[in-house]
Amino acid sequence: MSITRETVEQAARLARLTVADEDKDRLAGELSAILGFVEQLDEINTDNVEPLTSVVGATARMRKDEVNAGDYPERVLANAPDRVTDFYAVPKVVE
Amino acid sequence: MSELNRLTIAQARKGMAEGAFSSVELTQSCVDAMEARADLGAFITPTPEAALEAAAEADRKRAAGDEGALLGIPLGIKDLFCTEGVQTTAASRILEGFKPTYESTVTRNLLRDGAVFLGKLNLDEFAMGSSNTTSYYGNVVNPWQSSDKPNMQLVPGGSSGGSASAVAARLCLGATGTDTGGSIRQPAAFCGITGLKPTYGRCSRWGVVAFASSLDQAGPMARSVEDCGLMLGSMAGYDPMDTTSVDTPVPDYTAELGAGVKGLKIGIPQEYRVDGMPEEIEKLWMETAERLRAEGAEIVEISLPHTHAALPAYYIVAPAEASSNLARYDGVRYGFRSDAPEGLPEFSSLEEMYATTRGEGFGPEVQRRIMIGAYVLSAGFYDAYYNKARRVRTLIAQDFSRAFEQVDAILTPTTPSPAFGITEEPTGVEMYMNDVFTVPASMAGIPGISVPVGMSKDGLPLGVQLLGKPFEEVGLLRVAQAVETAADFTAAPQLMA
Repeated sequence: MSITRETVEQAARLARLTVADEDKDRLAGELSAILGFVEQLDEINTDNVEPLTSVVGATARMRKDEVNAGDYPERVLANAPDRVTDFYAVPKVVE
Repeated sequence: MSELNRLTIAQARKGMAEGAFSSVELTQSCVDAMEARADLGAFITPTPEAALEAAAEADRKRAAGDEGALLGIPLGIKDLFCTEGVQTTAASRILEGFKPTYESTVTRNLLRDGAVFLGKLNLDEFAMGSSNTTSYYGNVVNPWQSSDKPNMQLVPGGSSGGSASAVAARLCLGATGTDTGGSIRQPAAFCGITGLKPTYGRCSRWGVVAFASSLDQAGPMARSVEDCGLMLGSMAGYDPMDTTSVDTPVPDYTAELGAGVKGLKIGIPQEYRVDGMPEEIEKLWMETAERLRAEGAEIVEISLPHTHAALPAYYIVAPAEASSNLARYDGVRYGFRSDAPEGLPEFSSLEEMYATTRGEGFGPEVQRRIMIGAYVLSAGFYDAYYNKARRVRTLIAQDFSRAFEQVDAILTPTTPSPAFGITEEPTGVEMYMNDVFTVPASMAGIPGISVPVGMSKDGLPLGVQLLGKPFEEVGLLRVAQAVETAADFTAAPQLMA
């Protein structure tokens, strides 16, 4: 499948990435090449084949539903780019 | 300068146990080596002072009777493992300055056993790459040089390129790596060292920066098979914090070393003879098989019919999972946040802040993969791409299960070429071909190890890969050591400390 500029814009929006206008054509070419490469899988018959969900055949273990960590806001917030008291701070989005 | 930094882990353990030298002396030797070879770019964050303090503590513990499995052994840590209080970047701008307030399970296990950490090793950004040229913190240089072009800088492979370069250049005795599609085995081959990707689930992923969660696995990189076994014994184990870590006992991975290969069946998969592979690689592969036959192994031709599908399926599964995992980097909770547009006090919306931060914080390869991932997971395409790839994965896993009914281990080349020049690196899909022999085992979750066995015509190291049954690393290491002994690879890189 060939990827257009519009598809690049759509994928960038989904991925929350700002992509410069001058990079969009280049990206369209690069993404088309990758998708062209993976599309050779269409030649493989996967009828009646289940998707692999776990390589080790593990099933999810149950555990007690209990609090086992927390109550350390300083550790949680230690790397915040911006904070106000014990909260992360972000740009004002409500007028 | 002492040459203690050139010892293997096994030799250093013995020397310290006998009192021939201390961990402080050994660690100082590595610190000197790191300074002497800073030009390799192997470390993002060296921590020499902390290392020497930890070494002194290890010496005190030894004097008090402690005999931890890795007591006083200086190691490098790939900068994908969270280390408490020490910057952890994943080689990305978006995590610049991030100092975790917790320790990953694998590094905590190594510390429990007395290991000394020399610092954080360079890698491809978010472990995405096969040449260690996508790091925000600079390229890593391979300590080997081509006899054909001695002045050309070569790539160490990737993504664990800093780990491979540091171990090969004798800056540390061993290093942690992570392997999603070949990120331990391919750089190990390029740098002439030994690297083991354990079975998926053997080592906890908790505290390891996530790339593709159904594939990521931590493992050891060192200068011998035995050293890899020693490190894995410490790194492995069940962890309630990782629901995919497997609750099986951790054996002594060195238990069967030296037992040889007599009576074992070794498979040679015909599909690994690919077009354009240099003759010297095919030759070394067959020579290695011959050596194992001479030691009493039976060599069996096998077929893994879906081998060619592994790489394209990988380039759906890995970007899809990456796009989901990397959604967390938004400039709110940690790491880098972009400044507001020039002349404005703030971003006009939260979404603009996210998108600008991610556009400036992620490098080009990471952005490509996130976009591919977002695309193949988007409405209308999920089944055609992601589910299709997961079905193909089932076929790949079945290939290996059938093969292991016939054979005890599988022997292949590790890479289709030796290390290439930093300025000569292939691009796009051609670059992805580096992992053509390593990705199938990743897709199936089985363990694989690369062992250096010979040299290219230009004097660069080449490795072979051995693949084993799930959770049977003990037997895999036994075969790997037989390969190591028979190959007797003793060459050392030119840029060694």
